[in-house]
Amino acid sequence: MAEMPLIKLRGISRIYGQGEAMVRALDGVNMTVHAGEFIAIMGPSGSGKSTAMNVIGCLDAPTDGHYLYNGVEVAKLTSDQRALLRRHYLGFVFQGYNLLARTSALQNVELPLIYKGLPRGQRRDMAAEALKKVGLGDRLHHDPSELSGGQQQRVAIARALAGNPQVVLADEPTGNLDTKRSVEIMEVLRDLNRDDGLTIIMVTHEEDMAQFADRLVWMVDGRIERDGPTKRPEPSVGVLEEK
Amino acid sequence: MLWETITLAIQAIFRNALRSFLTVLGIVIGVAAVIAMVTVGQGSTEQVTADVEKLGTNVLMVLPGAEAMGGPTGTADAMLTINDVNAVQDEIGTVTLAAPISQTRARAVFGNENRRTDIVGTDNRYLEAAQWDFERGRPWEPGEIQAGKPVCIIGETLRAELFGTADPVGETIRIKTLSCEVIGLLRSKGASTFGADQDDFALMPYRAFHRRIAGNTDISTIYVSVREGASMERATEDIETLMRERRRIRPGEDDDFDVMDMEQIATMLSGITDILTGLLSAVAAVSLLVGGIGIMNIMLVSVTERTREIGIRLAVGAQANQVLVQFLVEAIVLSLIGGLIGIGLGLGLGLLGSNWLAVPFRPDPAIILMAFGFSAAVGVIFGFFPARRAARMNPIEALRHE
Repeated sequence: MAEMPLIKLRGISRIYGQGEAMVRALDGVNMTVHAGEFIAIMGPSGSGKSTAMNVIGCLDAPTDGHYLYNGVEVAKLTSDQRALLRRHYLGFVFQGYNLLARTSALQNVELPLIYKGLPRGQRRDMAAEALKKVGLGDRLHHDPSELSGGQQQRVAIARALAGNPQVVLADEPTGNLDTKRSVEIMEVLRDLNRDDGLTIIMVTHEEDMAQFADRLVWMVDGRIERDGPTKRPEPSVGVLEEK
Repeated sequence: MLWETITLAIQAIFRNALRSFLTVLGIVIGVAAVIAMVTVGQGSTEQVTADVEKLGTNVLMVLPGAEAMGGPTGTADAMLTINDVNAVQDEIGTVTLAAPISQTRARAVFGNENRRTDIVGTDNRYLEAAQWDFERGRPWEPGEIQAGKPVCIIGETLRAELFGTADPVGETIRIKTLSCEVIGLLRSKGASTFGADQDDFALMPYRAFHRRIAGNTDISTIYVSVREGASMERATEDIETLMRERRRIRPGEDDDFDVMDMEQIATMLSGITDILTGLLSAVAAVSLLVGGIGIMNIMLVSVTERTREIGIRLAVGAQANQVLVQFLVEAIVLSLIGGLIGIGLGLGLGLLGSNWLAVPFRPDPAIILMAFGFSAAVGVIFGFFPARRAARMNPIEALRHE
């Protein structure tokens, strides 16, 4: 018997608006994700890739369809139940970092742990450890305004990791960064996937970044058009050599 | 968990120090202004009442004219006469003293000095009824009253103005065409609550006043002292009945005179201070409103940032209610801090103001609560409702809020 998939989407659709203004952002999406995968979702603007990420990340509820997380139906959960799911199993990295202003890196990373109800001391330790893992062990007490874009995104990754999630969802994590920083961020994500077995689902529109993933899902008009392993003739050779 | 929430809220307050400070400032200004102004206003009212009571609660004034205070005056109602004064004193059992008062303003001159002052024609009954004591000299003798001799008793202010440091008794001052010998100086009563100088006058026998100053025999006020313990209402009614008879007013016709007791006067005066208190309160209410608008603006300006913050918290696994409780606690803590500082500052200013105006310090708990409640409500409402709206969004919407 095959291992139970971590995430299973069946006929998922997400519809915004009504009547003439109705938009089918997702239109019958089927997708299966196993633990330990590193998936890149690509597609033109408006293809529904971010919506798919939000639904998978339980930030948004699908209009129709089935979503099994670890075999449990979560498509019809209330927003508070989805919050619990995010709290315990999911971590997020956004394009715009979305760190709390005037708040140290350590406190930002601590944030999800507060809602997990962990005591202060343990929170501190776990947050510091997550920051070390992304190479920011010496920047614990810096505010976001004192950090570069790449460093801020690493803080965001540390925040996503801190609670030991099963899946990290990254929405255009390198969208605001130059190529060098982008590669660094992707290497951090790839190491987490390879070394810690973390499942990563990433939305990107940059072919080079998608090459870091093992599997590429290509979306058009709210549907999955292609789904298969990334072609890696020699992934991002040029970029890597440049370093 | 509650303690955790409070800690979180306090962290958020310090993280957003400027926003917190401005919110607190709005509450402080509103609360302090209202408390200070109402405290001083109420102290003034109480002072006025106390002053009037000091004049004696057993005093009545009879004035000609249907509406002595306010309303159309200067109508041709007949003035009072010295016979009316004597009749009030002799025919009403509860009246111990009735004194005539005729009054004008004129210039009093001594040597090179002069001062415009109140010139009053009366007799010794007034000195007794109004409880004047002599600093120097003596009251009038019956013969001087009878003959209307030009002999004056003056107040401290007039003395200081005309005589400087010298003794006035025995000197002669001139009032209009009348040369008047000063025979007495009254002990100072100081300023009244409204700052009116109570010692700025020259008294003379009413006959002298009528003949040499006024040119008629009108009495403008009868100053009546009622026996201690007697009913003021009863005395008032008796005087009214007597005066209606004497002035031949037919039944059904309105009085063409007015009998006022000190209570009425007190009511009138405290009516004036109430108006002042009302004005002060209106100004204070505007401060409260301005403070409230300040809080509102700060809260609304920070809605975008707060909405994004809420989006982040929701994304990492906070439930809507947890976020709301945190923001509510934050708003309450800020309101409490602002309210307490405001109450302290308001009471301090009220105390300073009361001392400066020499009125009693009378803070009003109801007003303190009201001002605090209003500001706190503004703080909580404008901190809480945008937060509630954001917490109900889906996290992605909140994160993208512009």
